[in-house]
This record gives sequence, structure tokens and C-alpha cells, in this order.
Amino acid sequence: MNSFFKRRYIIQGIFILVGIILLSRLFYIQVIDDSYKLSADNNVLRKLIIYPARGVILDRHGKVLVQNEPVYDLMVIPGQVKDIDTLAFCKLINISKRDFDKAFKKAKNYSPYKASLFQKQLSARTYAAFQEKLFEFPGFYVQNRSVRLYPDSTAAQFLGFIGEVNDTEIEKYGGFYAQGDYIGKTGIEKSYEDLLRGQRGVRNIMVDVRNREKGSFFDGKFDSIAVAGDNLISSLDKDLQMFGESLMVNKIGSVVAIEPSSGEILASISSPGYNPNIMVGRERGNNYMKLLNNPLKPMFIRPIQAEYPPGSIFKVINALVAQQMGLINQNTYYNCPGGYRYGRRGFMGCTHVHGTINLEKSIEESCNTYYGYTYSRMIDHTGLKPSFAYKKWREAVMKFGIGNVLDIDLPAERKGLVPTSDYYTKIFGNNKWTSSFNISLSIGQGELGITPLQMANVMAIVANRGYYYKPHLIKAIGEKKIIKEEYTKKNNAGIESKYFDAVIEGMSKVVNSGSGTAYNARITDIEICGKTGTVQNPRGDDHSVFVAFAPRINPKIAIAVVVENAGYGATWSAPIASLMIEKYLKDTISRPAYYTDRLLNANLLPGQKYVYKVKPKKDSLNTPSTIKRTSVVPINIKAIKPNNE
Amino acid sequence: MNNTNKSFFSHVDWITISLFISLLAIGWFNINAAVYNPDQPLVNIDNNSGKQLIFIILAIITAGVILLLDEKFFFNFAPIFYGITILLLIIVLIVGRNVGGNQAWIPIGSFRLQPSEFAKWATSLLLARHLSGINNKIAEAKTFLPTLGILGFPVLLIILQPDAGSALVFMSLIFVLYREGLSSYFLIAGALMILLFILTLLYPKLYIISALVALTILLVYVFRKNRKILVVFFVGLAISCMFIFSVDFVYNNILKSHQKVRIDLILGKVKDLRGAGYNVNQSKIAIGSGGLFGKGYLQGTQTKFNFVPEQSTDFIFCTIGEEWGFVGSFVIVFIYIFLLLRIIHIAERQRTAFSRIYGYSVACIIFCHFFVNLAMTIGLMPVIGIPLPFLSYGGSSLLSFTILLFILVKLDSNRIGLAS
Repeated sequence: MNSFFKRRYIIQGIFILVGIILLSRLFYIQVIDDSYKLSADNNVLRKLIIYPARGVILDRHGKVLVQNEPVYDLMVIPGQVKDIDTLAFCKLINISKRDFDKAFKKAKNYSPYKASLFQKQLSARTYAAFQEKLFEFPGFYVQNRSVRLYPDSTAAQFLGFIGEVNDTEIEKYGGFYAQGDYIGKTGIEKSYEDLLRGQRGVRNIMVDVRNREKGSFFDGKFDSIAVAGDNLISSLDKDLQMFGESLMVNKIGSVVAIEPSSGEILASISSPGYNPNIMVGRERGNNYMKLLNNPLKPMFIRPIQAEYPPGSIFKVINALVAQQMGLINQNTYYNCPGGYRYGRRGFMGCTHVHGTINLEKSIEESCNTYYGYTYSRMIDHTGLKPSFAYKKWREAVMKFGIGNVLDIDLPAERKGLVPTSDYYTKIFGNNKWTSSFNISLSIGQGELGITPLQMANVMAIVANRGYYYKPHLIKAIGEKKIIKEEYTKKNNAGIESKYFDAVIEGMSKVVNSGSGTAYNARITDIEICGKTGTVQNPRGDDHSVFVAFAPRINPKIAIAVVVENAGYGATWSAPIASLMIEKYLKDTISRPAYYTDRLLNANLLPGQKYVYKVKPKKDSLNTPSTIKRTSVVPINIKAIKPNNE
Repeated sequence: MNNTNKSFFSHVDWITISLFISLLAIGWFNINAAVYNPDQPLVNIDNNSGKQLIFIILAIITAGVILLLDEKFFFNFAPIFYGITILLLIIVLIVGRNVGGNQAWIPIGSFRLQPSEFAKWATSLLLARHLSGINNKIAEAKTFLPTLGILGFPVLLIILQPDAGSALVFMSLIFVLYREGLSSYFLIAGALMILLFILTLLYPKLYIISALVALTILLVYVFRKNRKILVVFFVGLAISCMFIFSVDFVYNNILKSHQKVRIDLILGKVKDLRGAGYNVNQSKIAIGSGGLFGKGYLQGTQTKFNFVPEQSTDFIFCTIGEEWGFVGSFVIVFIYIFLLLRIIHIAERQRTAFSRIYGYSVACIIFCHFFVNLAMTIGLMPVIGIPLPFLSYGGSSLLSFTILLFILVKLDSNRIGLAS
């Protein structure tokens, strides 16, 4: 021992001090500061989303309308790519060396250790060839994904399409979706999104420093399995739908067919349409823009979005409402001198001089005069003030499911229009107006707006003699074939059954009597009851409208056909409806080929007609110039010239 | 059991040996965890934990051999050991294998010998022998200058490798010299220099010099009665100013770029979590994610999946911190501090200056390794690659630490024999 003995305490003190400093620091990073735990999880934890198969949509007979098709995305982990034969690789997946370098650089910049998409959606053939050689290209692998496939390219606007979610949708669904996820954008894909999408699964895996998988996190305690989306059974009849689409080629308009006893929509055609398969795959964006910019608006879902004045088919509603009000009955006669005089100088022309006719005949021959009187009685001669009586009339009319959405299971349905009493009071300056002021409502012209779906639904009401089920496109959901409760509820139109007798008799004669307006639509062994309409169109040629149901006893189908700018209802719409009815009820067409061919081949697009009629002024108002210039073959106008009504 | 053996083992310090054995065991289990692979058998000669088991057996045999040797052996052979290690340090510069930028290993078969590890105890032995000389007083130049020589020669050779970490360990022997009578000024000056070095890198020189001048004026005022100490202040101020200006030179011209970056990282001057800062950041994540009780043995994700580099050698503490949490860290720090205090206690109870000085050298070397290694893994010091004694994987390191410690245990076991 020497004199510096006490210095041992200083040295020991330094040792203890250092120990305390180290322990304090350890206590801070291990116990107090939580950020390291988070960083540790970020290091090792990878959440893998397992995407469930999206639900398939079938038609009413179980035929596939939309299914999933596997596609193969080529993925790369740049850090694992070593000594590959780049040229052979490029040849195999059919890309240039420059594309390869570009894609590879992009992937590498993103992350050398994380997978990124190298080439989108390889074809099945490329995939097969590549799969065999995969082992030669470490770092590359193929990820299966599925895209929508429409085997018969039908019902595009109703099925809708899916696309990557946008920011608004991500926000709206509160984080359910992540960037890059797919979501139904339109149609059934959108309205049944929550059923079709299924439940995503999550797999929590651990990775090492090179991003290699090292087993599941906590033995899969936080994992969940993916649940496939529900299959949907559509009410559509695929064959009928496709037949209708072929009939509507080169025409603008709609066909809607409903099963009256259930409200199931059997066919819904919006023309022009598009091939739904173009909304899938690499060209989707371009195709979408083309459709948006197409002047014929193929994205416009006419059956639920196009609002037309109904024209003469509205006489059916007026006939029923007036009877229910007790103002006319089947033996009420009016004289038609060829038109209806109203007010001081008003005159509403009729197609013929019908003479003295009853209710049944008024329907059969579509007499305007008869409905001028009928409407006048409902508005002016009820003992109420006309503007008030109009309110009651409007209420009664709207019970037919018009002037408001029918709440079909599709997004973006339009209401249509039945103007309020106040609307007329506002227009005319006071409430002293009478039926003379809006007499065109008697024959379905003027300020009315009705969608083809609503027209078909009115026919379903007539077929059912007073009630309807909500029209819908999906009749059953999932394996248990669940039917939505709202579709099993009857909606009453407020008309007693007995009032339909005369109307239906008249409608039958429209088709089946030689003097009826749609005699050309008759079918020998099916009693069709129908009503033609020729809708005056302030912006162009009249729209051809026909509504019907069949057979008369125990009706199976109610249908509405609208062909825009095609003239008389009987010329185009009635035969189309007739063929649809026969196709649905008998599955074969008994009419001669020329009958069908005329309809299949007719080109009634706007540009085509104007080539013949040479009405450039109207044309320029109505259709964009591109169509005029590019329209090619002028059609044989004789073939489409109306020959009767 | 014969009588000789019994008396022989009854005099060794069992507390130190217990601490030694615990550290070996903890070390092996954590190396095993660091290289753990569920597909391989627990003990596999091909991986680090298997090899370490062999090293541990070798270390225990070596310890036994040392205890059987005569205590005079170490005193007498000190210059020879020193000579051999100096020779090896020269050889390594010529034939050494370059691993990770340092030419520190001599390949022998499938193992590699690291002479700088052995230089530590050889130098300590010669230092003890020199300072324990009858007429040698550290404060006198005739003793002090040879002391500097004994320390400086291996340090110089190690710096040439270059292995800054091992060189730094020799600096810790300043505590030994302090204990033996070196002026306190050296210790204070050393601390001051480290402080100034850090400050100079962080702040403009003008501010620091102004602060120093102000401090000197304050001290001069306080101690104005004591003429002698005033000189010290002024000399201190002058030296400090010179030092501050030389820091730039050292930083820019002597330190290598990776060393500069490591220093900058610690000082927070740069942040580079993917590049140079990756090791320390991952090391902190591993230890920090351990929490209070840790993730459990073999459950550490960061270490198991290789996020921490060098995790069985220099960063072995990450495995402990992650899998055993703060409780584990506490136990490790406690064991080391206990061992260090025990060594000082042993050193102080020696009757010969040789044994005492050697004992202090052992404490200082282990302390330096322990402090620098832990401070590095938790981001208190720049990355300096030196192993954690008895815990880190590595044969040279384990054997030389065992020799270092057991020479002291041997010397200690003989103090009673000498007394009687």
C-alpha cells in the first residue's frame, strides 16, 4: 500500500458513475421511449392483404353475366435479381430492353427489397411460357390477381364496372379501402359493392433484413382469412337481353321488360351501349375517355336516366284515374270531330275523325279528343277549383310510380317529372288556370317526363290490375338466395281492379284488331295488350314509343320500348316489343325473317336520318357535327318510312 | 483429491470466478440466440454458438493451466510476453488478414489470431513489473518516460493496423498510473480535452475560446490569493486554445472519413439511418424494443432476422437488450460493475506492488471495453469496434480476457502463501 491508497475510491466512483449513466440511458430507451418498439415492428412486420374473390353475377337462369378471370402481374424484388439473361427475359415477356431498364430502374428506386409491379397483366400464354423459365430469373415472380370478365359482353351499363378507388371514396368509406384497391364504380357493381367485395383477409408475416419471409407474426394471432363476395342472381334473362341489344343496334333508346308478378327486370337495354370488356385491362383509361366523349353518350343509362314525355301511352293512366275518380266509365262516349276545342281558340288535333267513341275505342284508336274531354272533366268539372283538382289528379297519377324514383337497385336513377300545381300557377301568373292551360297533359305531352323504366312499370301495374312490385335487377343474393324484403311488398296504384277491364280490352285491340294502332305487332297465339306513343320532340324528330304486356291472361312480361327520333310508335317500337315478347314467352321467333331483319338492320342514328331529310339546322342543334361528317352509309329510307298508325 | 490441490483452490477468489462463469454462460446463450435458426440443431459446430462453445472450453482449460503455474512465472516472463506480442503486432502488419478495413488478424488454420487482444495483458504485465520497481516513482521522469514507451509502442503498432478501438483501450491505463501517483492534472486534462474536442466539433471556435477566457478570469478572481494555481490556469488556457485549433487538423487530416462520420452521427450533425447511421439505429431499435422484461429468449425479432449487424460480436448486447429487456440490461451492468469493484478490491489487498498494479490494469481494460461497447450500442459513443469482455463471440478476445483475469486470480491466490 502506498500513499495514493485513497485514489481507489475515485476510480471506483468513476466505475459506479459510468454504470449509472449506462443504466439511465438503457432505462430511457427501453422503458420510457416507446418509439423503438414501433420501429422494430416496422422492421419485421409486413401486412399482406389477401383479396377475396369478388362475387359473380348470374342471370335468372344461372348463366354467367360477370365472372372473374385470373390475370398475372409480373412482380420484381430488385435486390434479389442476379445475373439474369436480360435479352432472353425481354423476349419471353415481349418487351424491349429499354422498357426493361425503365421498369427495373423504377422498381429499384422504389425499394431494392420490396416487391413492385414490373409488368401488368400478362396474358395466360405469356404467363405459361414464363412460368417454366421462372427459376432462371431470381427476383421475379408472378402474382395472381383477378379481373372482371363478361363472357357475352352484355348489359354493360347495368352491371357497371369496377375501378381503382379514388381519394374521395377512400375517405367516404372510412379507411376500408387503400390506394390501389378496386371498387364498383357504376351499376350493380356499385350498388351491391358491400356484398360483392367480400371480406379481405390479412396475413401478418415477419421478414428479415433482406425482406425474406420468416414465418407468421405471433403465430397468426392477428391474421384473418378472406371471405369471398356474395354471388348475385340477376333478374335479367341473358338471352332476352342480348336479343334486345341486337335489335337496338344503331338506334338510340331503351327497352325495359319487367315480370309483373315480381317486379324483376327481365331485360334492360340502353342503346347505344358498349362492350363491358373494354373497361377492363390496360386500355381501360383510354376506352373510358372515348366513351365519355362519344356524342351518342353510351354511358348514359337511358332506361333510368332518359326522361321523355310519355305521349299517347299516358292515355292509359288518364283513363284509369278518371274512372277511379268516378268521372267517366266504360260507357262514357265523346264525339271526336277530328280534334278537341278548348278555351277560346284552342284546338288539339286528332289523327282521324273518330266520331262518337267509348273508352275502349279511345284506347284502341288513340283518340286525342276523348282525352281532351276526360282531362277537362278531371280538372275543371269536379266541383273544386281547377288548380286544386289538378293537385288531386297529380297525386293519383304519381301513384303509378312516375314523377319519382322507383328506387331501382342501380345508382343515379332519375325521377322524371309531373309538374306541381304551383308550377303552373307560377307560370300562368295566378291560380285561375284551367285544363285549357295544360291540355297537352291529357295526351302525355307537355311538361311530363317519364323514364322507360317507369313506362314499363306502368304496364306492370296494368297487367297486375292495380299494383306493382319495385322493379329490380338483382332477384337473389348469395348462396341462401336471399330476396330483399322491399321487393316482396305490393305497391298499390290506387285504381280498383274493375276499372282495368275496358282499358285492357282497348289495349288488346291496339295490337289485335285491324283498326288498332299496332296491328303489325300482333302474334297469332299470344294476346298482347299494348299502347303506341309518338312523342313530340321539340329538339328533333318524334320519339317512337310502345308499351305492352302479355299474355292478357296471367301476364308474364310488361315492356316499354323507346326509339329516339324514329317517328311513330307503331313503326319501330311496337315490332321490337313484339319480338321481345315472343322471344321471352316462346323462345323462338315465328315471324318471317324480313320482319326481324328490318329491325336488326335499321340504322336510326341521328346523322343517318339527316342525310335523307337534309335538315342541317335542326341537326346542328341536336347532334354534334362529328357524327354527321363521319356517318357513312345512308340507309334505305323507304324501309323505315312509317306506313301506318 | 490430494492435499495440495485442496489448499491451492481454497485460496482462489471464488466470487470473481463465479462472475466469470456467469458471463461466459450469458454470453453463450445470447450468441446462440443471435445466430438462432430453428432449422438447425441447438449446438452446431458450424455456427458461431458452436464455435464459441469450443472457445469457452479452451478458455476454462487455459484458466486452469494459469492457476497451476508458478506465480513468479508472470513476473519473470513479463518482458518475454511483451516481446512476443510486439513481434506478433509487427507480423500482423505484414501477413495479416484484412477484415473490415483492419489488418488485425493472423490466420492460423480455420481460426484467426488477433495479437492486439494479447497485447493488452502482456503490456499490463510489463507495466506492472516496471512500476513496481523499488525506486520507481511515476512522478519522476526516469520512471514516467519508460512507462510511456511501454504503453506507446504497442499503441503505435495497433494504430497502424488501424484499430482505433484497441488503441483506445490502452488509454484507459491512465487510471493505473493515476492510482500509482500520476498527477491529477493528467486526469483533469484528459477529461478537459475530450470535452473540448466535442465542443469544438459542435460550436464555432470563437465562442469556446471566449467562454474559456471568461472561465479563467472567474477562476483567477476566486483563487487570486493562490499564486501557484494561477499559473496553472493560464497555462491551461493556453494549452486549451492550442488544442482547440489542433482539433480541426486532427479531425480533417488524421481521422478517416468513416470515423468522422461516426463522430458526426453521435453529435447529431448528420442523420443517415440507411447508410453510416444504420448500425447504431438498428442497435438502438433492437435494445429499445425490448421494453422492461424483453421479448423472451430466442424471441427477439430484430436480432433473429439480422437487422443488427455484427450481432454476435460487437453488438451482442443488442440480443440481451431485446430478449431480456431492461431487467436483463440491469443484470449485465450490475455484474460488470460488481466484477470491476471486486477486481479493485483484490488489487488493493495485494502485498506486492506488481500484483496491485496488474490488478488495476485488468480493471481498467475490462472497464474500457465494457463502457465503450455498451455506450456504442445505445448511441452514446461513436461506433468503435471492440468486443464486450467474456460475452462477445470470438476466440482471441475470450482467451486473452481469460488470461488477463486469471493471472490476477493466480497472483491473488498466492498472497496468503507469501504472508505465511
